[in-house]
Amino acid sequence: MTGSSLLAGGVHPAVHTLDAASASADGVAQFAWLLLALPLCGAVVLLVGGRSTNKWGHLLGCGTVILAFCYGLALFLSTTASSVAGRVQELHIFSWIPVNALQVDFGLRIDPLSVTFVLLITGVGALIHVYSVGYMSHDADRRRFFAYLNLFVAAMLLLVLGNGFVTLYFGWEGVGLASYLLIGWYQNRPSAATAAKKAFLMNRVGDVGLAIAIFLMFANLGTTQYSEVFARIGTLPSGTILAISLLLLLGACGKSGQFPLQAWLPDAMEGPTPVSALIHAATMVTAGVYLIARANPIYDLTADGRLAVTIIGTITLLIGCVIGCAYDDIKKVLAYSTVSQIGYMILAVGLGPIGYALGIIHLLTHGFFKAGLFLGAGSVMHAMNDEVDMRKFGGLARKMPVTFVTFGLGYLALIGFPFLSGYYSKDAIIEAAFGQEGWRGWVFGGAAMLGVALTAFYMTRLMLMTFFGKQRWKDLRSSEGEEFHPHEAPAVMTIPMIVLAIGSVGAGFFFTSDNRIARWLEPSLGELRETGHGPIPQLWLTVLSVGLMVVGAGLAWLFVGRKPVPVTKPEKVSWVVRAARYDLYGNALNEALFANPGAALTRALVTADDKGVDGTVTGVAGLLGFLSSWLRRTQTGFVRSYALTMLGGSVLVVAALLMVRFA
Amino acid sequence: MGTALLIALLLLPLAGGVVVALLRGDDRVAKLVAITVALAELVLAVLAWLSYVPGAARIQFAGSVGWISRIGVHLSFGVDGIALAMIGVIALLVPVVIGAGWADKVPEGRTVSGMLSLILVQQSLMVAVFAATDVFVFYVLFEIMLVPMYFLIGGYGGARRQYAAVKFFLYSFFGGLIMLASVIGCYALAADRTGGGSFDWATLVAVTKEAPLSTQVWLFFGFFLAFAIKAPLVPLHTWLPDAAEQAPIGVAVILVGVLDKVGTFGFLRYCLPMFPDASRTLAPLVIVLGVLGVLYGSLLATGQRDLKRFIAYVSIAHFGFIAIGIFAFTSQAQVGAVTYMVNHSLATGMLILVIGMVIARGGSTSIADYGGMAKLTPLLAGMFLVAGLSTLSLPGTNSFISEFLVLLGSYPTQPVAAVFATIGMILAALYVLWLYQRIMQGPVRGAALIPSEPADAAPARTRIVDLSGREVAVLAPMVALIVLLGVYPKPVLDVVTPSVAATLTSVGAADPVVAQEGK
Repeated sequence: MTGSSLLAGGVHPAVHTLDAASASADGVAQFAWLLLALPLCGAVVLLVGGRSTNKWGHLLGCGTVILAFCYGLALFLSTTASSVAGRVQELHIFSWIPVNALQVDFGLRIDPLSVTFVLLITGVGALIHVYSVGYMSHDADRRRFFAYLNLFVAAMLLLVLGNGFVTLYFGWEGVGLASYLLIGWYQNRPSAATAAKKAFLMNRVGDVGLAIAIFLMFANLGTTQYSEVFARIGTLPSGTILAISLLLLLGACGKSGQFPLQAWLPDAMEGPTPVSALIHAATMVTAGVYLIARANPIYDLTADGRLAVTIIGTITLLIGCVIGCAYDDIKKVLAYSTVSQIGYMILAVGLGPIGYALGIIHLLTHGFFKAGLFLGAGSVMHAMNDEVDMRKFGGLARKMPVTFVTFGLGYLALIGFPFLSGYYSKDAIIEAAFGQEGWRGWVFGGAAMLGVALTAFYMTRLMLMTFFGKQRWKDLRSSEGEEFHPHEAPAVMTIPMIVLAIGSVGAGFFFTSDNRIARWLEPSLGELRETGHGPIPQLWLTVLSVGLMVVGAGLAWLFVGRKPVPVTKPEKVSWVVRAARYDLYGNALNEALFANPGAALTRALVTADDKGVDGTVTGVAGLLGFLSSWLRRTQTGFVRSYALTMLGGSVLVVAALLMVRFA
Repeated sequence: MGTALLIALLLLPLAGGVVVALLRGDDRVAKLVAITVALAELVLAVLAWLSYVPGAARIQFAGSVGWISRIGVHLSFGVDGIALAMIGVIALLVPVVIGAGWADKVPEGRTVSGMLSLILVQQSLMVAVFAATDVFVFYVLFEIMLVPMYFLIGGYGGARRQYAAVKFFLYSFFGGLIMLASVIGCYALAADRTGGGSFDWATLVAVTKEAPLSTQVWLFFGFFLAFAIKAPLVPLHTWLPDAAEQAPIGVAVILVGVLDKVGTFGFLRYCLPMFPDASRTLAPLVIVLGVLGVLYGSLLATGQRDLKRFIAYVSIAHFGFIAIGIFAFTSQAQVGAVTYMVNHSLATGMLILVIGMVIARGGSTSIADYGGMAKLTPLLAGMFLVAGLSTLSLPGTNSFISEFLVLLGSYPTQPVAAVFATIGMILAALYVLWLYQRIMQGPVRGAALIPSEPADAAPARTRIVDLSGREVAVLAPMVALIVLLGVYPKPVLDVVTPSVAATLTSVGAADPVVAQEGK
């Protein structure tokens, strides 16, 4: 598989010892840089070209991503066609940061894991680009929107394709920028700007973890490239490995909205809905799962690190479910659902070799159905003058049949309805969690199982409030005072929804039958291992989870389906609901712990700097103060003040010389 | 060839400055001559960059003429990769600054030609201070360099310009005098050891590095204090916010972008090689000051209400990073510090220019007077964001390379400091994005953008317009370099790395070796 490798050219000063499993890229993979170049060119042309590209900007935006998807397919086919041993390839592009021992390569790693993500990102990305042509058609700045979306796709592809932790970091912060720009899209809303800034900041907290993990790798291994880090990580003491794994987890928490950094993701719903679907549901927020799966040789070596990952995933999946039950904003419910579902994925990858593939499979199926659900929500908002309050919806099923059916399939897939996507991917995780030894099996498995009931509850509540019941919007007016006239979306929007709905139905079975995806990912994630058998037989687990799903859905029907939904939010609620409405006090905690003390400290420092530090330094130099006023009064003072300060200087010189002599 | 090039680099702006000073009558001609000279200097700098051979002799383009032979002072010049990088920055910033200030008004009683002449003279002096290889000549230039800057701030600045200029001058001058004491100390030491006094840098290095630690410490402090005031490091920073606030925009760019770098350059060229034992002994102290600077500067930047003071505190934070990088004694950290000196000039220089364009439109330096400006001036907002993203060291921009190298390189020797400094990354995101939010995002608001009086009562305020072609032309090369040096920094790293390696060798530090199998 070496063939005409780019590495063999000898231009590269650093000799990277590729690990045994990887070869230099050849054939189709030689052109993998196109994956980055295509969307990047789109973004640059649209941003630099400015208004002159307004007419065709959206077409260029879609075109680059569709082309990237086509190339991704070719790459996938050529990878499957090669022998299993040759499926991990590296493509060196240029030497990025070379300083003596540090040799950061700008290169791509083409292996089953990255190729899988390429298909997800460009595939779902292309659908959402197409959808956005319709969704953003009324926005005068649509061209710039496509520029940002293209920028996002390029950065996300770099994130998953980079062949080292620093290239990953490049993509990691790059998607953060795209996310920042798109969350803050609606310029008129101050809340959008605040949400964008919050997302970037909380991500940066995670990024600091990722950065320090990279510093640790360099300090201990002298490299940051995957192939070298993974080959030598085993030589490090277990404490260092644990530290690296926890710092990577911090990074994952920031990007993936995991506890304790989950609060930015629901606020990110300020962005246009296609952005929520692509960035804040299907791709970017799952980067944390990718990171942990990618770093599997590190996590394999640290049981404590894996346990921490599992605990974070478990806590987050419950937080997401509970808060999701209390919100009336359709996008926020879906956002917390995303938080919770990523919790499942993080839980899965924390289980180690048995779980990496399970986490990725759930990530893929989730990519389909959650993107579909968000596009459906966007379609509803499009029809309802951008209203997001589900209390003002109701009975929309008949007005928007395509949206209803596609959304309904996504809903069934998410709650784990038998034989749809989520059923396969989520049940496998629950089963693996129960398979853990001792208390872990019961705690993690139990929490994952409880999550099933809660998920069914909040999603059924969402379905009922939106598509069923009385058409409450008939007696209401929009915030601009107009009547609501819900209608089905145009084909450019419904077709992507239909495609994603098909994925929501079939992907789970397709991916898991015959362990198809798990086997395909083996060269990246290690050999597939059987889930251990827990205290409860598998059949019983399936029965239990389906049963809990029915219970959750039934409870939702009891609460909102059976009786009319009040248009205004009831204020007399239990403390649980109140806490959930306040995001379980996550934001309040952040404010009390960081924001308020930080602001107070800053105010104090500003005062101290003006009065204290400046005063002291200027005061101690009393002579200087005197001189300065004197200097200002005398017009010819320059020479004389020179003389005086020279005198002072000479005294110092003599003093210094004396000290030197005596020393 | 190389030496001639360096002499031309030294003298061209000076000659240009004299010519421009004579053109008092015609502003337009003065501007044209000034920008031509500045662009010619840029061409010379590019030529110098191309003819410099990385990894060859430590000091290249060297030349020397006797000056004060009684005490062995020579006008000796030459550059290493670090000095060359700084000279490149000056050559780039001066034409940009002249272009950006093309339409600016000068205070009553002052002339445009006077200001441009001072800027060109300042440029000559800065090239000289980086190129000097005689310690006495360096000292003289270090002090003389203050004079044009004093007049630039005091003559062309804001309302409190006199106070700021005097404060700037006295702080720096005071530091310089203490350095003079050390310079004389070094001379005396050399006279003692070798029988004949010398101010030649290489000769002095050979003598002082052998001096006992206690001697080195005293001499080190003399240099260090001067450089720490210039850089500036906390707590010697308080002159900078006043100076940056009062200086005209272009002068602020030169002040923060280049003049301050003489301090960090001094650490590298004088403190470390001349006093290696003292440098190693006192490194923890400097590292603490650096971390303090990062956190303190960042928090104060967050709390500022004035746009120009904001810039000053951002720079103080960045100088903290540079100090950490220099005194962490690994090649990665120090290369990071040197590239930080270049990249900070580009990023902060561009930020100052963009803020200047904001102020030129709104007529106020108070942050509270602005809001939602992106709606009126989308292009300006975009440029603001690019400068801001570089300031917060986003990967893909130049600053990421240097900040990442400083932190990554410091970690092996100074892990605690590196971790604390990494928190500065979060704070940088906070102060940049919060400022962007307050000025650019949301609905249009603020006294500077919406006049409170009825339009017909007051003299009609010029409508807020987006960037002109000239402004775009000034900023475009900055954007291009910010992205280029972020994606492909290798050309700069290759020039800087051998000089840093030489500096580290002279201080007796080597990169920590990682135990590796098969390597």
